[in-house]
Amino acid sequence: MSWWDNVVIALQGATSNKLRSMLTMLGVLIGVAAVIILVAVGTGSSAQVQANINRLGTNTITVLNLGRFGGRATVGTQTSAATITLADVREIEDPAEAPDVESVSPVESTSATATYSGASDSDATVTGSTPSYLTASDYTVEAGSSITASEVTNRDRVCLVGQTVVTDLFGTANPIGQTIQLGSSSFQVVGVLATKGSSGATDEDNVIIAPYTAVQDELTGESGSFTELLVQGKSASTLDLAESEVESILAAANNTTVADLPFLIVNQASLVSTAESTSSTFTVLLAAVAGVSLLVGGIGVMNIMLVSVTERTREIGIRKAIGARKSVILAQFLYESVLLSLLGGMAGVVVGLVGSRFRIDGVTPVIAPYSIVLALGVSVAVGVFFGFYPANRAASLRPIDALRYE
Amino acid sequence: MTTTATIDGSVRRRPIIEIRNVSKTYAMGEAEVHALRRVSLTIERGDFVAIMGASGSGKSTMMHILGCLDVPTKGWYWLDGVDVRGLDEVTLAIVRSRKIGFIFQAYNLIPRTTALANVELPLAYAGVRPKERRRRAVAALENVGLGDHLGYRPNQMSGGQQQRVAVARAIVTNPALILADEPTGNLDSAAAEDVMHIFSVLNAEGRTVVLITHEADLAEFAKRVLRLRDGEIVEDVRSSPVEGPPPRLHAAHTIRTPSMSS
Repeated sequence: MSWWDNVVIALQGATSNKLRSMLTMLGVLIGVAAVIILVAVGTGSSAQVQANINRLGTNTITVLNLGRFGGRATVGTQTSAATITLADVREIEDPAEAPDVESVSPVESTSATATYSGASDSDATVTGSTPSYLTASDYTVEAGSSITASEVTNRDRVCLVGQTVVTDLFGTANPIGQTIQLGSSSFQVVGVLATKGSSGATDEDNVIIAPYTAVQDELTGESGSFTELLVQGKSASTLDLAESEVESILAAANNTTVADLPFLIVNQASLVSTAESTSSTFTVLLAAVAGVSLLVGGIGVMNIMLVSVTERTREIGIRKAIGARKSVILAQFLYESVLLSLLGGMAGVVVGLVGSRFRIDGVTPVIAPYSIVLALGVSVAVGVFFGFYPANRAASLRPIDALRYE
Repeated sequence: MTTTATIDGSVRRRPIIEIRNVSKTYAMGEAEVHALRRVSLTIERGDFVAIMGASGSGKSTMMHILGCLDVPTKGWYWLDGVDVRGLDEVTLAIVRSRKIGFIFQAYNLIPRTTALANVELPLAYAGVRPKERRRRAVAALENVGLGDHLGYRPNQMSGGQQQRVAVARAIVTNPALILADEPTGNLDSAAAEDVMHIFSVLNAEGRTVVLITHEADLAEFAKRVLRLRDGEIVEDVRSSPVEGPPPRLHAAHTIRTPSMSS
């Protein structure tokens, strides 16, 4: 008996009851397709989260002075009036003090309603900073020019506007060179930012970026401290080092310890790794659910093979009488169950690939090649595993009993 | 050749079947059924033996034991000089595939499978290459007069044709022994005669044929008739010598066995 003889015999067995074989394969098909689609959804949503995080900038650490948001920050039982000052910024900029920091941008952030000839845009985020802020947080100037270092020094009331602001205030008109009202002050628009989309609830395009000096003068009235620091690290791998350098500088400046520093420090690398572990848990969960349905499909294969063995008891007896050995009968039924599960699995791959082309619950599925290999491999393993018991039962029948069976 | 020296110095051929004191007991619930009681029997190579008996006489049990499908509870069995008792399942399967060709009352062809594929199957199990397999299967089917029915499936053929396919399947491996269990039981008399003639021709060519029947007129085709009752041989009549042609071989009805070049 060659393997081909076995395949032919298995095909004959599988086609002897076409409807039943189809339904059996359907079980495996659904399992395999579910694995591929759900893993693709998991991978897709993780890619989406990744993209959202990357939109925050590249290799950045954000230091938020919570004390500047709603009064004083509370850490444990003690309140603190810790500050981020220009002196801190200079120190962090010094490569001798913080060798892993690429750039640091002081940020004076507030929100204001912008108006332009009757049109208004509510709750735009007004970010006062330096030119390096644009690079660090991944903003690009689409039209017009960026703000410059000299504009910061000269406390010029110029600004860059995001796409939402442009739409709300100017509609289709060209905003460059126009003067908008922020609160009671007027700012000249020098450039338009390229769109970034939204991350979560925040509209990243509803922003106005101006020199921090102008924002402090005209809007917040602060002069000594900043609400926020945006630190860009030299690389993703040294981001943790950069974070601890920044922390110790700020702790020293505020006469406290790193642990008691009342700032919220968001490290992009740790954000990414948290998101990655969350989404991989999510993907594993989805795959586990799909795996269960594949298992159920496998039990279907076993069920049908047991029925098939019972139905063909007499045939098994004949085959044994004309010289079939136990191993040949075993192979015949194993081939049949593997054939059923493999064909079902391949159909499942096709359905899975087609199904992954649709957006599912706002997520664009990304097909993971490993899931195809895994699902097909598992479906073959299911065929072998769940086919073995029925096949062995068939092979162990005594020819005399099998021939007597009616 | 397979010869053994006897005590008186003459040389005789080794018997194809030799059983000594064979008993077979089945447990039927509480009761024990004695299907065979200490039966001894020797069948010479080239003989044509009919085993007769009422149902329940033990003739089917005898057949299953002779065919290595079942093992005796007690006693000895030498098939072609091999002690069958000591063999495991795998070896028994090899013995069945090399030495014995089976023909059953219910034809027992594999359903949904062509005549050719059915006849090829024993060769496939014996490990014969596909080309050779096909050649020999076609020859065997031609020998039983079904050369033009190669692609027919069992449900497309008459009972007589199906049984002739079964005969072709039994002889395709060129076995020393052909065992037929009421091969004509489901056939009309014309088809039954046909099949019996095929057995006569096979026997004339030197093959040992053992068949079970309960029809006396079909037993007349055999050289030797055994009668079983209650698990014992009660009658043993020889009508023709072992050597020489079977009694009712039609001169006109000759068939050619597949050539056994190997």
